[in-house]
Amino acid sequence: MGGSISRRGVNATMGAALVAAALGARSRPAAAAETITVLNWQGYGTDEAWALKLFAEHTGITVRHDYFNSEPEMVTKLRSNPGAYDVALINSARTRTIAADGLIEAIDLSQVPNAKDLTPALRDHANLTEGGKHYGISWVWGMNSLAVRRGVVKGADSYAVLSDPAYKNRAALFDDAVTEVGIGALMTGQSINAPTDLGAIKQRLTAMKPNIKLIWSSESEWNKAFVAGAFDVAIYWSGAAARAQKRYNLPVDFIVPKEGAIGWLDGLSVPSAAKNKAAALKFINFMIDPSFYLQWAKDAGAAASANAKAMSELAPDNPIRTIHKAEYISALQFMSTLPDERRKAFVDLWSEMKAFYAG
Amino acid sequence: MPAERHAAGPRPRRTGTAATAALLAPTYLWLAVAVFLPLAGMLYFSLLTGVPAPHHPAAFTAENYLAFVRKPYLLHVAWRSLALGLWTTGLCALIGWPAALALSRAVRGRARDAIFLLTILPFWTSGLVRVLSWTMVLADHGLLDRALGAVIPGWRVSDLLYTFPAIVIGLVHAYLPYMILTCYVSLAAIDPALIEAARGLGARAPVIFARILLPISLPGLLSGAVLIFVPVIGSFMEPRILGGRVGVTMGTVIEDQFTQAFDWPLGAALSFTMLAAVLLLFGVLYGASRLRPAA
Repeated sequence: MGGSISRRGVNATMGAALVAAALGARSRPAAAAETITVLNWQGYGTDEAWALKLFAEHTGITVRHDYFNSEPEMVTKLRSNPGAYDVALINSARTRTIAADGLIEAIDLSQVPNAKDLTPALRDHANLTEGGKHYGISWVWGMNSLAVRRGVVKGADSYAVLSDPAYKNRAALFDDAVTEVGIGALMTGQSINAPTDLGAIKQRLTAMKPNIKLIWSSESEWNKAFVAGAFDVAIYWSGAAARAQKRYNLPVDFIVPKEGAIGWLDGLSVPSAAKNKAAALKFINFMIDPSFYLQWAKDAGAAASANAKAMSELAPDNPIRTIHKAEYISALQFMSTLPDERRKAFVDLWSEMKAFYAG
Repeated sequence: MPAERHAAGPRPRRTGTAATAALLAPTYLWLAVAVFLPLAGMLYFSLLTGVPAPHHPAAFTAENYLAFVRKPYLLHVAWRSLALGLWTTGLCALIGWPAALALSRAVRGRARDAIFLLTILPFWTSGLVRVLSWTMVLADHGLLDRALGAVIPGWRVSDLLYTFPAIVIGLVHAYLPYMILTCYVSLAAIDPALIEAARGLGARAPVIFARILLPISLPGLLSGAVLIFVPVIGSFMEPRILGGRVGVTMGTVIEDQFTQAFDWPLGAALSFTMLAAVLLLFGVLYGASRLRPAA
């Protein structure tokens, strides 16, 4: 049903009709209105007003939201308010830890019909499963990798361009310890989640010093500095690169170099103490439906969907699709759980590198 | 009773004390709640091994206070913060003192009001907006470059953004009003007759400056310096946004501990170490300024 209609030219009414079809022509439940509460970042898909309206119209379920501003805050909220949430967005790097604490429960995929269209490698990713059970439904994913100025940087296929003397004072790094240590790990052929040789990583990061112009921390900061011509090679987010191409028409090429890239995967989970689990699963099913994703991607510019069908229905020249190539998924190293001690070691190394770049 | 016998004498003084206490109470209550409670909380955090949470209890430790020993690169960061504080305070004094002198001596009436208004204008805008607008001015081919290029033929790109001077420029803009206001207060208190007398005795401008204006306005200059130096060495927004790669200060390192690393104990310990260093510095300065008249 979806494939033939969902072209880029699809208008809002048709998009809405599609979503309605996806939700099923179920009769409106006469029972008292159900309510679920979703825990997520603000403005991250689940709280799109048009989607919630449609969902309520077709299922009778009202969706409320509570937001977090950092992942530790999300964990704290799940811990300290049992029963308050029915759906939680969890970065898959933390899913297994949270499951081990008994805060979220295994999901029966047969209750989430759209799960059949999820990219298997993402649906069954080790981050989301434990003993063959799924503790999160893969929702959207993205990459942290190399972005270069089109026409200026040619043939870059390695993170080594970040220390290439040709780009002296023309590089920008992301102010995030896990990402930058991860880049160093990729350059030295190590696991980004459990590198054994931090010294080698430090060496690679140290060598970038003459090139580093900027250490950025937000999408708008990156775009503004790029427009002002402050740098030509940088680490960037894949979703932001897609937005930069599509919405702002910036000459950015997003590259997954030969060393690979850092992947992240966000999943939707059901807290063990949720009061309305059946409604929660209905909502999750709606969230991974291609028709929701296509409209979301069109309105707001989303990261890549974990739903292969949804990705295939994007226009072939849509930057979200051209940047998030399906074949990359196998080349990515996804961020996984970091024990506190290792996370601390990463943060220490990155603080030291930043001080070194400044000096 | 002795109290009755003395009643007539001390009564006015006692009501005076009560009134003073009543006037001071709101301030000190506010300070106690708003300053000491959070500080006490932070002090407690600084002695923990981690942020306590269910399943993850925290223990007491003094390890966080050894950060400067364990991570020598922090000394380098501290030195840069100190340099930032000295540059900013110095430039504020160099620019602000003459402005305060002009305001107190040369300008009168409406004009003075207007100039005062312009002086405190930076306080009326959001700090973030102020700093972000500097990024547009200082960028390669930014407003500054274009303006200078229009005036000076062959002007080349200044490339100021993401450099140490860019941070200093942003900070001086933010803190200059403090210096102007404190210096103005001291300079306005100088009796014009004093200067006329000096002139009458043949003192030229440099002498008037060095022997009269500067010594008398020194308290204003010093309090302005304190008001500027302390927040500047802890600043993190300006270094982050204007400094790019070089924008690493104690302020940003501490901010990272709270926002990125989620290591509140280390962040708190670094804050208290800085607080101690600043108090020590001012203690020494105060001691030195007390000693001088005797010497």
